[in-house]
Amino acid sequence: MECRLPFSLVVFCLVILSSTVRSELVISSVEKWVDLHSHIVRVVSFLKVENQGPYDVSEFVLAFPDAQAKNLATMLVIYLEEGKIIYSEFPINSTKPKSKQSNMTFYPVTLPKKLEKGKTAGLDVYVVLTNLLKPLPKEITQAESQLLVYTDNIYYTSPYHIRNQSIVFRLPGRIESYSEYSEMRLVESELRYGPFEEQPPFSYSPVVVHFENNNSFAVASNFVQEIEISHWGNVQVTEQYTIIHGGAHLKNGFSRIDYQANPSMSGASSFRTLVARLPPMSHSVYYRDEIGNISTSHLRGDSQGTQLEMELRFPMFGGWKISFSIGYSLPLHDFLFESDAGNNVLNITFGSSIEEIVVENQIVRVVLPQGSKDISVKSQFPTKKSQELKYSHLDIVGRPVVVLEKDNVVPEHKRYFQVYIYYKFNNIFLLGKAMMLILGIFLLFLMCILYMHADLALSKTSSWEEETEGRK
Amino acid sequence: MGATSNASPAPLNSALSSFPSLKALKFTTKQQELLIRVSALALIYVLAFVVRLFSVLRYESMIHEFDPYFNYRTTLFLTKNGFSEFWNWFDSESWYPLGRIIGGTLYPGLMVTAALIHRILHFFSFAVHIREVCVLTAPFFASNTTLVAYFFGKEIWDSGAGLVAAALIAICPGYISRSVAGSYDNEGVAIFALLLTFYLFVKAVNTGSLAWSLASAFGYFYMVSAWGGYVFIINLVPLYVLVLLVTGRYSMRLYVAYNCMYVVGMLLAMQIRFVGFQHVQSGEHMAAMGVFFLLQVFYFLDWVKYILNDIKLFHSFLRITLTCAITVGVLALSIGTASGYISPWTGRFYSLLDPTYAKDHIPIIASVSEHQPTAWSSFMFDFHILLFLFPAGLYFCFKRLSDATIFVVMYGLTSMYFAGVMVRLILVAAPAMCLVSSIAVSATVKNLSSLVRAKSKSPQGSGKPLSGSKAAAKASADQSLPFQKNGAIALLLGALYLLCRYAIHCTWVTSEAYSSPSIVLAARGHGGGRVIFDDYREAYYWLRQNTPPDAKVMSWWDYGYQITAMGNRTVIVDNNTWNNTHIATVGRAMSSYEHEAYEIMLSLDVNYVLVVFGGVTGYSSDDINKFLWMVRIGGGVFPVIKEPDYLVNGEFRVDKGAAPKMLNCLMYKLCYYRFGEMTTEYGKPPGYDRVRGVEIGNKDIKLEYLEEAFTTSNWIVRIYKVKPPKNRW
Repeated sequence: MECRLPFSLVVFCLVILSSTVRSELVISSVEKWVDLHSHIVRVVSFLKVENQGPYDVSEFVLAFPDAQAKNLATMLVIYLEEGKIIYSEFPINSTKPKSKQSNMTFYPVTLPKKLEKGKTAGLDVYVVLTNLLKPLPKEITQAESQLLVYTDNIYYTSPYHIRNQSIVFRLPGRIESYSEYSEMRLVESELRYGPFEEQPPFSYSPVVVHFENNNSFAVASNFVQEIEISHWGNVQVTEQYTIIHGGAHLKNGFSRIDYQANPSMSGASSFRTLVARLPPMSHSVYYRDEIGNISTSHLRGDSQGTQLEMELRFPMFGGWKISFSIGYSLPLHDFLFESDAGNNVLNITFGSSIEEIVVENQIVRVVLPQGSKDISVKSQFPTKKSQELKYSHLDIVGRPVVVLEKDNVVPEHKRYFQVYIYYKFNNIFLLGKAMMLILGIFLLFLMCILYMHADLALSKTSSWEEETEGRK
Repeated sequence: MGATSNASPAPLNSALSSFPSLKALKFTTKQQELLIRVSALALIYVLAFVVRLFSVLRYESMIHEFDPYFNYRTTLFLTKNGFSEFWNWFDSESWYPLGRIIGGTLYPGLMVTAALIHRILHFFSFAVHIREVCVLTAPFFASNTTLVAYFFGKEIWDSGAGLVAAALIAICPGYISRSVAGSYDNEGVAIFALLLTFYLFVKAVNTGSLAWSLASAFGYFYMVSAWGGYVFIINLVPLYVLVLLVTGRYSMRLYVAYNCMYVVGMLLAMQIRFVGFQHVQSGEHMAAMGVFFLLQVFYFLDWVKYILNDIKLFHSFLRITLTCAITVGVLALSIGTASGYISPWTGRFYSLLDPTYAKDHIPIIASVSEHQPTAWSSFMFDFHILLFLFPAGLYFCFKRLSDATIFVVMYGLTSMYFAGVMVRLILVAAPAMCLVSSIAVSATVKNLSSLVRAKSKSPQGSGKPLSGSKAAAKASADQSLPFQKNGAIALLLGALYLLCRYAIHCTWVTSEAYSSPSIVLAARGHGGGRVIFDDYREAYYWLRQNTPPDAKVMSWWDYGYQITAMGNRTVIVDNNTWNNTHIATVGRAMSSYEHEAYEIMLSLDVNYVLVVFGGVTGYSSDDINKFLWMVRIGGGVFPVIKEPDYLVNGEFRVDKGAAPKMLNCLMYKLCYYRFGEMTTEYGKPPGYDRVRGVEIGNKDIKLEYLEEAFTTSNWIVRIYKVKPPKNRW
């Protein structure tokens, strides 16, 4: 396979890499679980890797077809030795040597401990994929349920030889159709293929599952989060969403009477509410859009967090779009810490507060107080970073804004990813605005006093005229 | 006011002696009066603003009703794109396919004001959104109006009357109805401008000062830029001048004031594109010009009289000049009118002079609810005690007749007439009512309190003067005029009671009747809780999000502004009813059979049809109730549509006994599509219309050329998609 590739340094490295890799490691068993319950595909693969080569190995390569790699939102690898979790990491950070020929993307995973020859280790790979479920048919009426198609390789895609493998699809409900293989079993909503024995590297045979899935297919095409820090003790968060129902499009219009008369049968794939989990101690919550407040929402709070149940202005059917924004305030001391160097450290959780939503493009704007200096950002995943200025109430030099941008964000990002922002802020600036206001009002009163004491020129002349007239 | 001037300095001194530092702050009576006056005025200023915030508290900071949405949209455009762009804006989103030249067809005063406030706030780095500015513009100007009312009252009577006028106008329901927070309409700033112009003009007449009359010209300019109601000023002021001339009150002051105000005001007003040359070309403005020339003739005659010194000669000269002047004037007017240089009066103006005119000739004016003649009850509702105080104020005005009081009497009487002709003009009458009433209140209270005070100077007056009527009666028993003090106190208490009632009434009216945005509807639920119907915004937001950006929406013109502002989609007709034929076309489409309507809709490139239907919720101002106006307006241009076809024995019905054309016209079909399957009320058959209180007549409605695209959760707004034409082969 490699001999057909053009000669270049990268490819050369790849050749060396994959050839050495192949010669040494073997996957003794792999079980792949594909969870198709929501519109986000979550794949867990339990691998057992055996080192058969003469040397210790420190790197393992994961391979994904480009179609999946393009939509790979996040990945988590857990390395087990004798059943114990040794180390977990996010290989998405690492470089991606890419072979154009084979339509594959490789993710080298540096093992935390060298795998000695003849030893076996466990490797759990957790992958979150988006945009892989395609509705079929593409348009449905209000009365129909939504059917989705998922296509995958029945064999585990890997540059290594695999001795024993199986794949399991977990489905939310009825199955319309699926690829027939000799080794397969359908138990309730679990479709299992395998075990397949002794497959060479990069074995491929397509498997297609066509199934019913009416879960809310919420995709935020655009999500802007603005976090405004006030050193008076408040964090104001504003989240703007543009949400699209990414499922099968609605055909023949929307009929309210059907929707009202039989909610379970009609518009099964539509969704009317979205639930946002806000951090604990959130207060002053609002929910509105460009044309005003949306009066239908419920807020429940407990020590674990605050739950905002938002009823959208209209039920969302396939292909429909809606945009709105929510906002809330948080106490500052939960998010701001002081580092030893006198820096302020702001610890924010990346990701959307709405449950089970795919964000195609997320922009986080952290507005730091006026006068902040030496700003630096540390995040555990690659983002586009930039800085700008924002002018808000009574600002003179503007507030520095740290802008972070990331594509393809899934709920998992919220769970694992934190962003740290370091900056310096002198608390004396807190008084600046208050002093400005005091000065302004003082000047106003001063002007009033001056005005009251000044003799107006007009009245003077008129009195002068009266006097002169009197003399005449 | 009276009590303060009577306060003896001795107890004040003793009270202050405990605070040595405050001793230096000992006020003279005059200073005390000033302090109380200023603080009262400040409180009134705040009150006028605060009382208008009911709608924000009850609902939210939002724009109300219909026209304000257009104003909001244009203001948004102005702040985004600047004045030059705004002035040259051709809006292709309304009146499709004609479009509308926005700069030339609107009064920009309101938008420019809001944009200016927005800019000033941003200059002082208050980062407020333009919507908040727009919502609070009307209350802010209402507050300013109270200040103008104070100065006006001071000018025509005294500062006491000014204070009362300010207090009355701050909470007058007739004014509040158009100036609550969110009611971002021209009237909000126009009443301020109107009163300011009048005040400055009266001031100019009183002083004869060029500066004041120039100021009033600028006030007039602001009024012209803000509202079409400026026509009232340009007719009232000449009328006032004429009355002064007739009553022999002509003076140099008047001459200076009117000439300067008219000439400069006219030139300034011509800068507004929507007004243009109307001041010299339109019949409505001719009275002002006539009076202007009359004043010149008058001045000329005065001068000749001074030169001639011969009464006989002067009389003959007078006769010749007058005949000449009148002939020339009449000739100019008739030639101007005949040649079309001077345009005749508009329909709206006619309908003001003759209340029945619109009903017979212009259905589009008559169809607007705020153009209806005013009911007696709404006078009571909007003016309350002012109705009784107004005649009393007139009495006081006549008793102390001056140039200023003549003006306010004329303003009061004419505006009362117009208020009777059209509901919305109650607004114009409100300041006049408040001013005249304030004179009544102030004069009465002043007289009475001076009576009471005169008595309290008697030896027994050491007790509590207002503690009880019995003690007071005993005290006054030995007076020469028995019960005088008693009666005065009783009358004072009565006045106090009346004013309290007024305040209570105004607050109640404001909170209950005038603070509803009418975009969001609220009703009481079964449990007594508040139920919100947010269907309008649901539908407009759906249009905004889920229709192609270039989609054309056909609806009755009432909803045009809202669809363009909130739905951001092109409409066929909107609330700027400038093209009657276009509206009639929509009316015709709505009242035709579906296949006929389809032809019309295709010719207008309509993609969606929006109707408002209240049959499920009982919301009575829906399209079925407005339907007869569509038929009338449509029939006025297209004789194919005949009103009797939709009526049964002159009665408008939607049940089984309805006219067949009614049961199959587009509007009926769109409103009642699949309504026959719906049970609205327990114990009633399906398809029971809760507004009309009947079971609908046509339950089996099939749509051939349209399909239901969206219906809001309470069915108030229904949107249909027009299917593309079928292939011919």
